[in-house]
Amino acid sequence: MTTIYEQRPGLSRRELLKRGTIGAALIITGSAVISPDRAWGMATTALKPDTMATLIKLARDIYPHDSIADRFYAIAVKGHDTKAGTDGQHKELIEAGIADLDKRAGEGGYRGLGWEDDRVEILREIETTPFFQAVRGDLVVSFYNQKELWPHFGYEGESYSKGGYIARGFDDIEWL
Amino acid sequence: MTAPYDLNDDSVVVIIGSGAGGGTLGNELAQKGIDVVVLEAGARIEHEDFINDEWDSFAQLAWLDHRTTGGGWRVSKDFPNLPAWIVKAVGGTTTHWAGASLRFQEHEFKTLTHYGEVEGANLLDWPLTLAELEPYYARAEDKMGVTRTNGIEGLPGNNNFKVFKAGADRLGYKECHTGRMAINSADRDDRMSCQQTGFCFQGCKWGAKWSTLYTEIPKGEATGKLEVRPNAHVVKIEHDDSGKVTAVVYADKDGKLQSQKARIVCVAGNSIESPRLLLNSASSKFPDGLANSSGQVGKNYMRHTTGSVYAVFEKPVHFYRGTTMAGIIRDEAKHDPARGFVGGYELETLALGVPFMAAFLDPGGWGRSFASAMDSYANMAGLWIVGEDMPQEQNAVKLHGEMKDKYGMPIPDVWFTDHANDVAMRNHAYTQGEALYAAVGATRSFPTPPYPSTHNLGTNRMSEKPQDGVVNKWGQTHDMKNLFVSDGSQFTTGGAENPTLTIVTLAIRQADYIAKEMAAGTI
Repeated sequence: MTTIYEQRPGLSRRELLKRGTIGAALIITGSAVISPDRAWGMATTALKPDTMATLIKLARDIYPHDSIADRFYAIAVKGHDTKAGTDGQHKELIEAGIADLDKRAGEGGYRGLGWEDDRVEILREIETTPFFQAVRGDLVVSFYNQKELWPHFGYEGESYSKGGYIARGFDDIEWL
Repeated sequence: MTAPYDLNDDSVVVIIGSGAGGGTLGNELAQKGIDVVVLEAGARIEHEDFINDEWDSFAQLAWLDHRTTGGGWRVSKDFPNLPAWIVKAVGGTTTHWAGASLRFQEHEFKTLTHYGEVEGANLLDWPLTLAELEPYYARAEDKMGVTRTNGIEGLPGNNNFKVFKAGADRLGYKECHTGRMAINSADRDDRMSCQQTGFCFQGCKWGAKWSTLYTEIPKGEATGKLEVRPNAHVVKIEHDDSGKVTAVVYADKDGKLQSQKARIVCVAGNSIESPRLLLNSASSKFPDGLANSSGQVGKNYMRHTTGSVYAVFEKPVHFYRGTTMAGIIRDEAKHDPARGFVGGYELETLALGVPFMAAFLDPGGWGRSFASAMDSYANMAGLWIVGEDMPQEQNAVKLHGEMKDKYGMPIPDVWFTDHANDVAMRNHAYTQGEALYAAVGATRSFPTPPYPSTHNLGTNRMSEKPQDGVVNKWGQTHDMKNLFVSDGSQFTTGGAENPTLTIVTLAIRQADYIAKEMAAGTI
């Protein structure tokens, strides 16, 4: 379902510069969002690539973990593109929601606002809207339920196959 | 050895639900040679198949049928279609429960007497006493292998407990230990000991935690007197002109309606489904639902005054490792109105994994405050507050006016608003919990709101007088002699204690009563 390509050959740096960038890092090209520095890309099928790029930024603003890469936020919001493919109402909810964010941000759009605080100010205005609720409500699962992220949080996940923690530090606290 | 009974066999006792109440009652009756059919709405999932993953397990076990909510509680805003976090599977919520097994305190059976009238509360004394229940509590503790009873050692304390205990000591709390837990601290009853896996809520894959799924139910089945029918979702209880219940209509695994005849029916579907079923069984003879001459069916819904405190420390705790709830402070469980509220509360250790911490730490929360809390996950400790809440008549499980399930039955609409006493108690507990962690050097703490209810109580309450409640002191409905309630919906008031031990205790006692009355030919 997800179309994240590690080490995607992608476009040359020269090409990227030629096409120009919107926002700090993500490149929008054709029907894809590409991260030039992290070498991953995501094709969109229903939502506009620009919309997906803003969703990724929005996701990071909702749950800002500075040492977690963009691709995990991209994986987390990819479901909106999938759902938009079969659910016209959802597509409209997301596209209109993102368009509204851009409008509120003024010239340069939401991704054009350099400071997180300025973007968050806009989000506080819309946090009770169905759009924001749909994005945040989905994200809290689709982001934090990524097993690849659990080491970042110091969570070890499944433990039965390892015999639980009875011999692996259930009572190893030493600083008390 | 499972005994399959015929749908037309009208000599059987039909129990609806296979959890703490229904599963226990079924085994107890079967052991006495009584023929029992247990109808369970969920599937039979053996403990080896439980999943060490919070969301996957939730999808496997949780009761996810459509429900709605109303009232002032925050759950209604944050989780409008998930009033309760309970289970739809053989074993019911004993697959998911944490294992904390505490007896009620004497005064908690007589709250109206001890607390007096509380404005806005529908307090009532239970029609029984602690002394009457003590022998049954003892049998329940033995059956369930509760630690710190019957010479069973306590569980070892995990990291979360050690932080909790250090804080308790610094605050001067006297009664703090690793709990009375229905989790084996050593091999017992052909079940192994706790391996400190940290997924108690997802079903114990070792079978170390007591659940009717792998204790009561197979023991009952081994007698040849108990049939458990999974995927049997009951929609209606039928009765005859004399006012006796006669049969139970359920949808089988293919969604086809079946009717099982019965000599006696015992309802044990948890405090949301049990009153819903009685209300949905309304007939021309009983237009307000079965056993509802008092009008109290579905009323007085209680869910314990709960909340959590999580705290962050400079160094790692790894609180998700080990038994989820093996840690308790009982000092605040007393009734001491000088604190500004009646009744008391327990403090118990609690941990969630990253996925559920994200969902429950501050539902709806986002931004740097939230994300930085999550970034501190490895350095967190946590506790759960569980205290007595006030029964209130308007807190109720109602039938939804329009929405129906796939069998055409109105879905439950669960209404709850905190009583002022509940709020005062929760705030007191938050203050104590935050002080406890501050005493151990917490750099930040979070007074976390209640989760969807795990302790659902009171919606078919027990009363001395028929006009005050739904069932008598045996769980027998005041209105219909061969209709019983066998789950936590019987509770007149909730006490401060996790309810499972008391549900099991009442089921053992009820089995004795049913057997006696059957032998005497009165039912």
